[in-house]
Amino acid sequence: MKTKQVSVFVENQPGRLVAMLEALRANDINIRALSVSEGGDFGIVRLILSDPKKGTNALRDAGFIVKETIVVQREIPDRPGGLLETIAPLARAGINVEYFYAYLDPTPGRATIVLKVSDMDRAEEILGQ
Amino acid sequence: MIWNPQYETMPRRELEKLQLERLKSLVARVYDKVPFYRQALQERGITANSISSLGDLPKLPFTVKQDFRDNYPFGLLAVPLQQVCRIHASSGTTGKPTIGPYTANDLRMWTEVMARTLSCAGMTKDDVMQNAYGYGLFTGGLGFHYGGERVGATVIPSSTGNTKRQLMLIQDLGTTVITCTPSYSLILAEAAVEMGVDLKLSKLRLGVLGAEPWSEQMRSEIQTKLPIKAIDIYGLTEVVGPGVCVECPAQCGMHIFEDHFLAEIVDPQTGNPLPYGQKGELVITTLTKEALPVMRFRTKDITSLNPEPCKCGRTLMRMSKVTGRTDDMLIIRGVNVFPSQIESVLLEVEGVEPHYLIIVDRLHHLDDLEIWVEVSEAVFSDEMRKMEALQKKVKDEMESTLGIGARIKLVEPKSIARTEGKARRVIDRREL
Repeated sequence: MKTKQVSVFVENQPGRLVAMLEALRANDINIRALSVSEGGDFGIVRLILSDPKKGTNALRDAGFIVKETIVVQREIPDRPGGLLETIAPLARAGINVEYFYAYLDPTPGRATIVLKVSDMDRAEEILGQ
Repeated sequence: MIWNPQYETMPRRELEKLQLERLKSLVARVYDKVPFYRQALQERGITANSISSLGDLPKLPFTVKQDFRDNYPFGLLAVPLQQVCRIHASSGTTGKPTIGPYTANDLRMWTEVMARTLSCAGMTKDDVMQNAYGYGLFTGGLGFHYGGERVGATVIPSSTGNTKRQLMLIQDLGTTVITCTPSYSLILAEAAVEMGVDLKLSKLRLGVLGAEPWSEQMRSEIQTKLPIKAIDIYGLTEVVGPGVCVECPAQCGMHIFEDHFLAEIVDPQTGNPLPYGQKGELVITTLTKEALPVMRFRTKDITSLNPEPCKCGRTLMRMSKVTGRTDDMLIIRGVNVFPSQIESVLLEVEGVEPHYLIIVDRLHHLDDLEIWVEVSEAVFSDEMRKMEALQKKVKDEMESTLGIGARIKLVEPKSIARTEGKARRVIDRREL
Protein backbone atom coordinates (compact mmCIF):
# COMPACT_ATOMS: atom_id res chain seq x y z
CA MET A 1 0.00 0.00 0.00
CA LYS A 2 1.33 3.41 -0.89
CA THR A 3 1.41 5.96 1.86
CA LYS A 4 2.71 9.46 2.56
CA GLN A 5 5.96 9.91 4.41
CA VAL A 6 7.02 13.27 5.79
CA SER A 7 10.77 13.96 5.59
CA VAL A 8 12.39 16.76 7.58
CA PHE A 9 15.79 18.41 7.21
CA VAL A 10 17.24 18.71 10.69
CA GLU A 11 20.57 20.30 11.51
CA ASN A 12 22.86 18.19 13.61
CA GLN A 13 22.84 20.26 16.78
CA PRO A 14 21.27 20.00 20.22
CA GLY A 15 17.63 21.09 20.36
CA ARG A 16 16.63 20.74 16.73
CA LEU A 17 15.06 17.31 17.12
CA VAL A 18 13.21 18.54 20.21
CA ALA A 19 11.89 21.54 18.26
CA MET A 20 10.60 19.20 15.58
CA LEU A 21 8.88 16.93 18.10
CA GLU A 22 7.35 19.89 19.91
CA ALA A 23 5.80 21.12 16.68
CA LEU A 24 4.15 17.73 16.20
CA ARG A 25 2.90 17.45 19.77
CA ALA A 26 1.49 20.95 19.76
CA ASN A 27 -0.68 19.92 16.82
CA ASP A 28 -1.65 16.60 18.34
CA ILE A 29 0.07 14.55 15.68
CA ASN A 30 1.24 11.05 16.51
CA ILE A 31 4.39 9.46 15.10
CA ARG A 32 3.67 5.93 13.87
CA ALA A 33 7.20 5.22 12.67
CA LEU A 34 10.41 7.06 12.03
CA SER A 35 13.94 6.67 10.80
CA VAL A 36 16.90 9.05 10.85
CA SER A 37 19.54 9.15 8.18
CA GLU A 38 22.59 11.01 9.37
CA GLY A 39 24.92 13.07 7.26
CA GLY A 40 27.80 15.07 8.70
CA ASP A 41 26.19 18.35 9.62
CA PHE A 42 22.55 17.40 9.20
CA GLY A 43 20.13 14.51 9.29
CA ILE A 44 17.04 13.53 7.36
CA VAL A 45 14.22 12.47 9.66
CA ARG A 46 11.58 10.38 7.92
CA LEU A 47 8.21 10.13 9.61
CA ILE A 48 4.99 8.18 9.20
CA LEU A 49 2.43 10.39 10.91
CA SER A 50 -1.14 9.98 12.05
CA ASP A 51 -2.02 12.93 9.79
CA PRO A 52 0.69 13.64 7.17
CA LYS A 53 -0.92 16.79 5.74
CA LYS A 54 -1.40 18.39 9.14
CA GLY A 55 2.08 17.26 10.16
CA THR A 56 3.68 18.81 7.09
CA ASN A 57 1.95 22.11 7.73
CA ALA A 58 2.85 22.11 11.41
CA LEU A 59 6.51 21.47 10.67
CA ARG A 60 6.62 24.03 7.89
CA ASP A 61 5.06 26.62 10.19
CA ALA A 62 7.77 25.82 12.72
CA GLY A 63 10.33 26.75 10.05
CA PHE A 64 11.43 23.31 8.96
CA ILE A 65 12.23 22.19 5.44
CA VAL A 66 9.75 19.43 4.79
CA LYS A 67 9.01 17.10 1.93
CA GLU A 68 6.16 14.66 1.42
CA THR A 69 7.16 11.49 -0.35
CA ILE A 70 5.17 8.48 -1.45
CA VAL A 71 6.53 5.30 0.07
CA VAL A 72 5.28 1.71 0.13
CA GLN A 73 4.06 0.32 3.41
CA ARG A 74 3.52 -3.36 3.89
CA GLU A 75 2.80 -5.70 6.72
CA ILE A 76 5.22 -8.56 7.20
CA PRO A 77 5.10 -11.59 9.51
CA ASP A 78 7.06 -10.99 12.73
CA ARG A 79 9.16 -14.16 12.62
CA PRO A 80 12.58 -15.26 11.36
CA GLY A 81 12.75 -14.87 7.57
CA GLY A 82 9.68 -12.63 7.48
CA LEU A 83 11.49 -9.64 6.02
CA LEU A 84 13.55 -11.75 3.64
CA GLU A 85 10.47 -13.37 2.10
CA THR A 86 8.94 -9.96 1.53
CA ILE A 87 11.99 -8.26 0.09
CA ALA A 88 13.49 -11.04 -2.03
CA PRO A 89 10.94 -10.74 -4.89
CA LEU A 90 11.91 -7.10 -5.31
CA ALA A 91 15.55 -8.06 -5.82
CA ARG A 92 14.55 -10.69 -8.36
CA ALA A 93 12.56 -8.06 -10.24
CA GLY A 94 15.63 -5.80 -10.33
CA ILE A 95 14.12 -3.19 -8.03
CA ASN A 96 16.61 -1.36 -5.86
CA VAL A 97 15.75 -0.34 -2.32
CA GLU A 98 16.77 3.26 -1.59
CA TYR A 99 16.00 2.91 2.11
CA PHE A 100 13.55 1.21 4.41
CA TYR A 101 12.64 0.98 8.04
CA ALA A 102 10.36 -1.20 10.10
CA TYR A 103 8.17 -1.05 13.14
CA LEU A 104 6.28 -3.60 15.21
CA ASP A 105 2.54 -3.62 14.80
CA PRO A 106 0.44 -3.48 17.98
CA THR A 107 -1.09 -6.76 16.79
CA PRO A 108 1.17 -9.56 18.01
CA GLY A 109 2.96 -11.49 15.25
CA ARG A 110 2.92 -8.66 12.79
CA ALA A 111 5.37 -5.95 11.78
CA THR A 112 5.28 -3.25 9.11
CA ILE A 113 7.98 -2.08 6.76
CA VAL A 114 8.19 1.25 4.99
CA LEU A 115 10.10 1.20 1.71
CA LYS A 116 11.40 3.67 -0.82
CA VAL A 117 12.40 1.87 -4.00
CA SER A 118 13.49 2.70 -7.55
CA ASP A 119 10.14 1.71 -9.05
CA MET A 120 7.27 2.32 -6.66
CA ASP A 121 4.45 1.11 -8.93
CA ARG A 122 6.04 -2.24 -9.71
CA ALA A 123 7.10 -2.68 -6.09
CA GLU A 124 3.52 -2.19 -4.96
CA GLU A 125 2.37 -4.71 -7.54
CA ILE A 126 4.94 -7.28 -6.49
CA LEU A 127 4.37 -6.80 -2.79
CA GLY A 128 0.66 -7.15 -3.29
CA GLN A 129 -1.81 -6.40 -0.52
CA MET B 1 71.91 45.93 -2.10
CA ILE B 2 70.28 48.48 -4.37
CA TRP B 3 69.59 46.81 -7.71
CA ASN B 4 69.04 49.95 -9.72
CA PRO B 5 70.61 52.94 -7.93
CA GLN B 6 69.71 55.30 -10.77
CA TYR B 7 66.00 54.98 -10.12
CA GLU B 8 65.94 53.80 -6.52
CA THR B 9 68.03 56.68 -5.17
CA MET B 10 66.97 59.38 -7.63
CA PRO B 11 66.49 62.78 -5.98
CA ARG B 12 62.75 63.22 -5.46
CA ARG B 13 62.50 66.32 -7.58
CA GLU B 14 64.03 64.48 -10.50
CA LEU B 15 61.85 61.46 -9.83
CA GLU B 16 58.73 63.62 -9.83
CA LYS B 17 59.78 65.16 -13.14
CA LEU B 18 60.13 61.68 -14.61
CA GLN B 19 56.75 60.68 -13.18
CA LEU B 20 55.08 63.73 -14.70
CA GLU B 21 56.55 63.01 -18.12
CA ARG B 22 55.44 59.40 -17.94
CA LEU B 23 52.00 60.36 -16.62
CA LYS B 24 51.40 62.70 -19.54
CA SER B 25 52.46 60.06 -21.98
CA LEU B 26 50.17 57.54 -20.24
CA VAL B 27 47.17 59.85 -20.52
CA ALA B 28 47.91 60.44 -24.21
CA ARG B 29 48.32 56.71 -24.79
CA VAL B 30 45.12 55.54 -23.08
CA TYR B 31 43.18 58.39 -24.69
CA ASP B 32 44.37 57.16 -28.04
CA LYS B 33 44.14 53.39 -27.52
CA VAL B 34 41.48 52.54 -24.93
CA PRO B 35 37.90 53.63 -25.67
CA PHE B 36 36.96 53.17 -22.01
CA TYR B 37 39.54 55.74 -20.91
CA ARG B 38 38.91 58.04 -23.86
CA GLN B 39 35.28 58.30 -22.88
CA ALA B 40 36.10 58.86 -19.21
CA LEU B 41 38.61 61.58 -20.11
CA GLN B 42 36.29 63.23 -22.62
CA GLU B 43 33.53 63.37 -20.03
CA ARG B 44 35.88 65.45 -17.89
CA GLY B 45 37.25 67.43 -20.82
CA ILE B 46 40.78 66.25 -20.13
CA THR B 47 43.68 65.53 -22.46
CA ALA B 48 47.39 64.98 -21.82
CA ASN B 49 47.77 68.79 -22.08
CA SER B 50 45.58 69.27 -19.00
CA ILE B 51 48.31 67.68 -16.89
CA SER B 52 51.02 70.18 -16.05
CA SER B 53 52.07 68.91 -12.63
CA LEU B 54 51.55 65.85 -10.44
CA GLY B 55 49.09 68.01 -8.54
CA ASP B 56 46.76 67.62 -11.51
CA LEU B 57 46.45 63.90 -10.81
CA PRO B 58 43.07 64.24 -9.05
CA LYS B 59 41.62 65.57 -12.32
CA LEU B 60 41.98 62.10 -13.80
CA PRO B 61 39.15 59.57 -13.45
CA PHE B 62 39.49 56.51 -11.24
CA THR B 63 39.55 52.93 -12.46
CA VAL B 64 37.79 50.33 -10.30
CA LYS B 65 37.70 46.54 -10.22
CA GLN B 66 34.23 46.57 -11.76
CA ASP B 67 35.73 48.24 -14.87
CA PHE B 68 37.84 45.11 -15.38
CA ARG B 69 34.71 43.01 -15.26
CA ASP B 70 32.71 45.32 -17.52
CA ASN B 71 35.51 45.25 -20.09
CA TYR B 72 36.34 41.56 -19.73
CA PRO B 73 38.44 40.08 -21.22
CA PHE B 74 40.31 42.49 -23.49
CA GLY B 75 38.38 45.78 -23.42
CA LEU B 76 41.08 47.58 -21.43
CA LEU B 77 43.97 46.45 -23.64
CA ALA B 78 46.03 49.32 -25.01
CA VAL B 79 47.89 47.15 -27.53
CA PRO B 80 46.75 44.60 -30.11
CA LEU B 81 46.42 41.11 -28.62
CA GLN B 82 49.29 39.95 -30.88
CA GLN B 83 51.66 42.04 -28.76
CA VAL B 84 50.56 40.36 -25.55
CA CYS B 85 53.12 37.70 -24.55
CA ARG B 86 51.54 36.38 -21.41
CA ILE B 87 48.30 36.57 -19.46
CA HIS B 88 47.98 36.05 -15.73
CA ALA B 89 44.72 36.26 -13.82
CA SER B 90 43.28 36.61 -10.35
CA SER B 91 39.76 36.30 -9.09
CA GLY B 92 37.16 38.82 -10.15
CA THR B 93 34.19 39.86 -8.08
CA THR B 94 32.03 37.15 -9.66
CA GLY B 95 32.68 34.11 -11.83
CA LYS B 96 35.00 35.83 -14.29
CA PRO B 97 38.67 36.40 -13.44
CA THR B 98 40.56 39.67 -13.55
CA ILE B 99 43.00 39.55 -16.44
CA GLY B 100 46.62 40.66 -16.20
CA PRO B 101 48.20 40.80 -19.69
CA TYR B 102 51.85 41.67 -20.39
CA THR B 103 53.75 42.76 -23.49
CA ALA B 104 57.42 41.81 -23.87
CA ASN B 105 58.37 45.19 -22.39
CA ASP B 106 55.95 44.68 -19.51
CA LEU B 107 57.61 41.35 -18.71
CA ARG B 108 61.03 43.04 -18.78
CA MET B 109 59.76 45.78 -16.48
CA TRP B 110 58.17 43.21 -14.15
CA THR B 111 61.37 41.18 -13.99
CA GLU B 112 63.28 44.39 -13.27
CA VAL B 113 61.01 45.43 -10.39
CA MET B 114 61.10 41.88 -9.01
CA ALA B 115 64.92 41.92 -9.15
CA ARG B 116 64.80 45.23 -7.27
CA THR B 117 62.29 43.71 -4.83
CA LEU B 118 64.42 40.69 -4.01
CA SER B 119 67.61 42.78 -3.77
CA CYS B 120 65.87 45.30 -1.56
CA ALA B 121 64.74 42.43 0.70
CA GLY B 122 68.37 41.39 0.97
CA MET B 123 68.79 38.61 -1.56
CA THR B 124 71.91 38.37 -3.73
CA LYS B 125 73.19 36.20 -6.57
CA ASP B 126 74.80 33.91 -4.02
CA ASP B 127 71.46 32.89 -2.53
CA VAL B 128 69.38 29.78 -3.12
CA MET B 129 65.79 30.93 -3.45
CA GLN B 130 62.99 28.41 -2.93
CA ASN B 131 59.87 29.82 -4.49
CA ALA B 132 56.82 28.39 -2.78
CA TYR B 133 54.34 30.77 -4.39
CA GLY B 134 51.88 29.06 -6.74
CA TYR B 135 52.99 28.70 -10.34
CA GLY B 136 50.23 29.24 -12.86
CA LEU B 137 47.68 31.97 -13.42
CA PHE B 138 48.64 33.50 -10.07
CA THR B 139 51.30 36.18 -10.55
CA GLY B 140 53.31 35.10 -7.49
CA GLY B 141 55.01 32.03 -8.95
CA LEU B 142 56.40 33.35 -12.22
CA GLY B 143 56.90 36.88 -10.93
CA PHE B 144 59.28 35.75 -8.20
CA HIS B 145 60.81 33.12 -10.44
CA TYR B 146 62.04 35.49 -13.13
CA GLY B 147 63.03 38.13 -10.58
CA GLY B 148 65.14 35.56 -8.73
CA GLU B 149 66.83 34.43 -11.94
CA ARG B 150 67.48 38.03 -12.93
CA VAL B 151 69.25 38.67 -9.64
CA GLY B 152 71.36 35.63 -10.44
CA ALA B 153 70.29 33.51 -7.50
CA THR B 154 69.73 29.76 -7.73
CA VAL B 155 65.96 29.42 -8.08
CA ILE B 156 64.02 26.35 -6.98
CA PRO B 157 60.47 26.46 -8.41
CA SER B 158 58.93 24.34 -5.66
CA SER B 159 55.51 26.01 -5.99
CA THR B 160 52.86 25.56 -3.29
CA GLY B 161 52.03 22.57 -1.15
CA ASN B 162 53.80 19.31 -0.38
CA THR B 163 55.26 20.65 2.84
CA LYS B 164 57.43 17.60 3.55
CA ARG B 165 59.13 17.94 0.19
CA GLN B 166 59.59 21.68 0.75
CA LEU B 167 61.41 20.91 3.99
CA MET B 168 63.53 18.26 2.31
CA LEU B 169 64.56 20.72 -0.41
CA ILE B 170 65.37 23.42 2.15
CA GLN B 171 67.75 21.02 3.89
CA ASP B 172 69.22 19.17 0.92
CA LEU B 173 69.67 22.07 -1.49
CA GLY B 174 70.76 24.59 1.10
CA THR B 175 67.90 27.02 0.58
CA THR B 176 68.73 30.44 2.01
CA VAL B 177 65.69 32.43 0.89
CA ILE B 178 62.10 31.24 1.07
CA THR B 179 59.39 33.07 -0.84
CA CYS B 180 55.80 32.21 0.11
CA THR B 181 52.77 33.55 1.95
CA PRO B 182 53.40 34.47 5.60
CA SER B 183 50.94 31.85 6.78
CA TYR B 184 52.70 29.16 4.77
CA SER B 185 56.01 30.07 6.39
CA LEU B 186 54.43 29.21 9.75
CA ILE B 187 53.10 25.93 8.36
CA LEU B 188 56.66 25.09 7.30
CA ALA B 189 57.89 25.94 10.80
CA GLU B 190 55.29 23.71 12.46
CA ALA B 191 55.78 20.82 10.07
CA ALA B 192 59.52 21.00 10.72
CA VAL B 193 58.91 20.69 14.47
CA GLU B 194 56.60 17.71 13.90
CA MET B 195 59.17 15.99 11.72
CA GLY B 196 61.95 16.68 14.17
CA VAL B 197 63.75 18.96 11.74
CA ASP B 198 65.61 21.89 13.29
CA LEU B 199 65.43 24.64 10.70
CA LYS B 200 67.81 26.74 12.79
CA LEU B 201 70.47 24.33 11.52
CA SER B 202 69.45 24.99 7.90
CA LYS B 203 70.90 27.79 5.79
CA LEU B 204 67.57 29.69 5.71
CA ARG B 205 68.10 33.38 6.46
CA LEU B 206 65.45 35.39 4.61
CA GLY B 207 61.74 35.18 3.83
CA VAL B 208 60.05 37.39 1.24
CA LEU B 209 56.43 37.06 2.24
CA GLY B 210 53.27 38.46 0.75
CA ALA B 211 49.99 37.91 -1.10
CA GLU B 212 48.01 38.25 2.13
CA PRO B 213 47.81 40.80 4.93
CA TRP B 214 49.78 40.05 8.08
CA SER B 215 50.49 41.86 11.30
CA GLU B 216 53.63 42.81 13.20
CA GLN B 217 52.72 40.12 15.77
CA MET B 218 52.73 37.55 13.02
CA ARG B 219 56.08 38.86 11.84
CA SER B 220 57.65 38.36 15.25
CA GLU B 221 56.13 34.87 15.46
CA ILE B 222 57.63 33.99 12.07
CA GLN B 223 61.01 35.46 13.00
CA THR B 224 61.01 33.51 16.27
CA LYS B 225 60.01 30.18 14.79
CA LEU B 226 62.16 30.40 11.67
CA PRO B 227 65.75 31.59 11.33
CA ILE B 228 64.70 34.26 8.85
CA LYS B 229 64.24 37.97 8.52
CA ALA B 230 60.62 38.27 7.38
CA ILE B 231 60.21 40.89 4.66
CA ASP B 232 56.80 42.14 3.52
CA ILE B 233 55.94 42.69 -0.15
CA TYR B 234 52.86 44.03 -1.88
CA GLY B 235 51.42 43.86 -5.36
CA LEU B 236 48.26 43.15 -7.29
CA THR B 237 47.31 41.62 -10.62
CA GLU B 238 45.59 44.76 -11.91
CA VAL B 239 48.85 46.68 -11.56
CA VAL B 240 51.59 44.13 -12.28
CA GLY B 241 51.50 41.37 -9.64
CA PRO B 242 54.20 41.33 -6.95
CA GLY B 243 56.86 43.99 -7.48
CA VAL B 244 54.91 47.15 -6.66
CA CYS B 245 56.70 47.68 -3.37
CA VAL B 246 58.79 45.87 -0.78
CA GLU B 247 60.43 46.45 2.59
CA CYS B 248 64.16 46.96 2.93
CA PRO B 249 65.97 45.30 5.85
CA ALA B 250 65.02 48.34 7.99
CA GLN B 251 61.49 46.86 7.96
CA CYS B 252 59.83 50.24 8.27
CA GLY B 253 57.53 50.51 5.28
CA MET B 254 57.58 49.18 1.72
CA HIS B 255 59.46 51.15 -0.93
CA ILE B 256 57.27 51.79 -3.94
CA PHE B 257 59.02 51.60 -7.30
CA GLU B 258 57.74 55.00 -8.18
CA ASP B 259 59.33 55.31 -11.59
CA HIS B 260 56.77 52.67 -12.66
CA PHE B 261 53.94 53.03 -10.16
CA LEU B 262 52.47 56.32 -9.00
CA ALA B 263 50.79 56.00 -5.62
CA GLU B 264 48.21 58.19 -3.91
CA ILE B 265 46.08 57.86 -0.81
CA VAL B 266 42.48 58.99 -1.07
CA ASP B 267 39.52 59.17 1.24
CA PRO B 268 37.58 55.98 0.43
CA GLN B 269 34.24 57.80 0.70
CA THR B 270 34.89 61.05 -1.15
CA GLY B 271 37.83 60.03 -3.34
CA ASN B 272 39.64 63.22 -2.30
CA PRO B 273 43.43 63.02 -1.90
CA LEU B 274 44.72 62.66 1.65
CA PRO B 275 48.03 64.07 2.94
CA TYR B 276 51.09 61.93 3.61
CA GLY B 277 50.90 59.91 6.79
CA GLN B 278 47.13 59.75 6.82
CA LYS B 279 45.46 56.38 6.38
CA GLY B 280 43.18 55.93 3.40
CA GLU B 281 42.68 53.94 0.22
CA LEU B 282 45.72 53.26 -1.92
CA VAL B 283 45.32 54.34 -5.54
CA ILE B 284 47.91 53.31 -8.13
CA THR B 285 48.61 54.55 -11.64
CA THR B 286 50.93 52.49 -13.84
CA LEU B 287 53.40 54.80 -15.54
CA THR B 288 55.09 52.43 -17.97
CA LYS B 289 52.85 49.43 -18.43
CA GLU B 290 51.91 48.84 -22.06
CA ALA B 291 49.39 46.00 -22.36
CA LEU B 292 46.95 47.09 -19.70
CA PRO B 293 47.87 50.43 -18.19
CA VAL B 294 45.69 51.52 -15.29
CA MET B 295 44.88 55.08 -14.44
CA ARG B 296 44.22 55.75 -10.74
CA PHE B 297 43.23 52.20 -9.85
CA ARG B 298 41.33 52.02 -6.57
CA THR B 299 43.05 49.13 -4.76
CA LYS B 300 40.58 49.16 -1.85
CA ASP B 301 43.57 48.48 0.40
CA ILE B 302 43.92 50.75 3.43
CA THR B 303 47.40 52.09 4.10
CA SER B 304 49.40 55.33 4.31
CA LEU B 305 52.43 56.81 2.53
CA ASN B 306 55.68 58.21 3.88
CA PRO B 307 57.95 60.24 1.51
CA GLU B 308 60.79 60.71 4.03
CA PRO B 309 64.17 59.34 2.92
CA CYS B 310 65.02 55.92 4.34
CA LYS B 311 68.26 54.93 6.02
CA CYS B 312 68.76 52.29 3.32
CA GLY B 313 69.51 55.12 0.90
CA ARG B 314 66.44 54.75 -1.27
CA THR B 315 64.53 57.93 -2.01
CA LEU B 316 61.44 55.93 -2.90
CA MET B 317 58.32 56.63 -0.91
CA ARG B 318 57.31 54.01 1.64
CA MET B 319 53.90 52.47 2.13
CA SER B 320 52.90 51.09 5.53
CA LYS B 321 51.53 47.56 6.02
CA VAL B 322 48.05 47.13 4.63
CA THR B 323 45.68 47.25 7.58
CA GLY B 324 42.35 46.53 5.95
CA ARG B 325 40.04 46.77 2.97
CA THR B 326 37.37 49.23 1.96
CA ASP B 327 35.27 46.41 0.50
CA ASP B 328 34.32 42.90 1.58
CA MET B 329 37.15 41.13 -0.25
CA LEU B 330 38.77 38.37 1.78
CA ILE B 331 42.22 37.01 1.21
CA ILE B 332 42.16 33.31 1.97
CA ARG B 333 45.33 31.30 1.56
CA GLY B 334 46.64 34.11 -0.61
CA VAL B 335 43.63 33.99 -2.91
CA ASN B 336 41.24 36.91 -3.26
CA VAL B 337 37.69 35.87 -2.46
CA PHE B 338 34.66 38.09 -2.87
CA PRO B 339 31.39 37.17 -1.16
CA SER B 340 29.69 38.09 -4.45
CA GLN B 341 31.54 35.19 -6.14
CA ILE B 342 30.01 32.81 -3.63
CA GLU B 343 26.59 34.26 -4.25
CA SER B 344 26.97 33.88 -8.02
CA VAL B 345 27.90 30.21 -7.63
CA LEU B 346 24.85 29.55 -5.46
CA LEU B 347 22.60 31.29 -7.95
CA GLU B 348 23.82 28.90 -10.61
CA VAL B 349 23.09 25.74 -8.63
CA GLU B 350 19.43 25.16 -9.26
CA GLY B 351 17.16 25.42 -6.26
CA VAL B 352 19.80 26.52 -3.79
CA GLU B 353 18.98 29.68 -1.91
CA PRO B 354 21.50 32.50 -2.26
CA HIS B 355 21.56 32.76 1.53
CA TYR B 356 25.00 31.95 2.79
CA LEU B 357 27.44 32.62 5.55
CA ILE B 358 31.18 32.57 5.08
CA ILE B 359 33.22 31.56 8.09
CA VAL B 360 36.93 32.10 7.80
CA ASP B 361 39.21 30.87 10.51
CA ARG B 362 42.89 30.14 10.86
CA LEU B 363 43.48 26.60 12.07
CA HIS B 364 47.12 25.66 12.61
CA HIS B 365 48.18 28.71 10.61
CA LEU B 366 46.19 27.63 7.61
CA ASP B 367 43.18 29.62 6.53
CA ASP B 368 40.02 27.57 6.71
CA LEU B 369 36.95 28.38 4.67
CA GLU B 370 33.51 27.10 5.57
CA ILE B 371 30.42 28.15 3.68
CA TRP B 372 26.98 27.67 5.17
CA VAL B 373 24.28 27.28 2.58
CA GLU B 374 20.60 27.33 3.41
CA VAL B 375 18.57 24.41 2.12
CA SER B 376 15.22 25.07 0.45
CA GLU B 377 12.30 22.71 -0.16
CA ALA B 378 13.19 22.79 -3.86
CA VAL B 379 16.44 20.93 -3.27
CA PHE B 380 15.60 18.94 -0.17
CA SER B 381 15.36 15.21 -0.74
CA ASP B 382 14.38 12.34 1.53
CA GLU B 383 17.36 10.44 0.10
CA MET B 384 20.70 11.10 1.76
CA ARG B 385 22.76 10.37 -1.32
CA LYS B 386 20.91 13.11 -3.21
CA MET B 387 21.65 15.55 -0.41
CA GLU B 388 25.29 14.51 -0.42
CA ALA B 389 25.41 14.89 -4.19
CA LEU B 390 24.02 18.42 -3.80
CA GLN B 391 26.63 19.22 -1.18
CA LYS B 392 29.37 17.92 -3.48
CA LYS B 393 28.04 19.86 -6.45
CA VAL B 394 28.10 23.12 -4.50
CA LYS B 395 31.57 22.29 -3.23
CA ASP B 396 32.94 21.52 -6.70
CA GLU B 397 31.41 24.62 -8.29
CA MET B 398 32.71 26.71 -5.42
CA GLU B 399 36.23 25.38 -5.77
CA SER B 400 36.28 25.87 -9.49
CA THR B 401 35.15 29.49 -9.18
CA LEU B 402 37.10 30.50 -6.08
CA GLY B 403 40.24 28.53 -6.83
CA ILE B 404 40.47 27.28 -3.26
CA GLY B 405 38.79 24.49 -1.34
CA ALA B 406 35.85 25.13 0.94
CA ARG B 407 33.77 23.04 3.30
CA ILE B 408 30.09 23.29 2.51
CA LYS B 409 27.65 23.01 5.37
CA LEU B 410 23.99 22.65 4.52
CA VAL B 411 21.86 24.41 7.12
CA GLU B 412 18.18 24.95 7.87
CA PRO B 413 16.59 28.10 6.52
CA LYS B 414 16.90 31.11 8.83
CA SER B 415 19.97 29.56 10.45
CA ILE B 416 21.83 32.49 9.02
CA ALA B 417 20.97 35.55 11.06
CA ARG B 418 19.37 38.35 9.12
CA THR B 419 19.95 41.81 10.44
CA GLU B 420 17.47 44.40 9.23
CA GLY B 421 16.57 42.13 6.37
CA LYS B 422 20.13 41.89 5.16
CA ALA B 423 22.18 38.88 6.10
CA ARG B 424 25.56 39.14 7.69
CA ARG B 425 27.62 37.33 5.11
CA VAL B 426 31.07 36.98 6.56
CA ILE B 427 32.49 35.96 9.91
CA ASP B 428 36.25 36.29 9.88
CA ARG B 429 37.69 34.77 13.03
CA ARG B 430 41.31 35.10 11.98
CA GLU B 431 43.43 37.31 14.16
CA LEU B 432 45.81 38.75 11.65
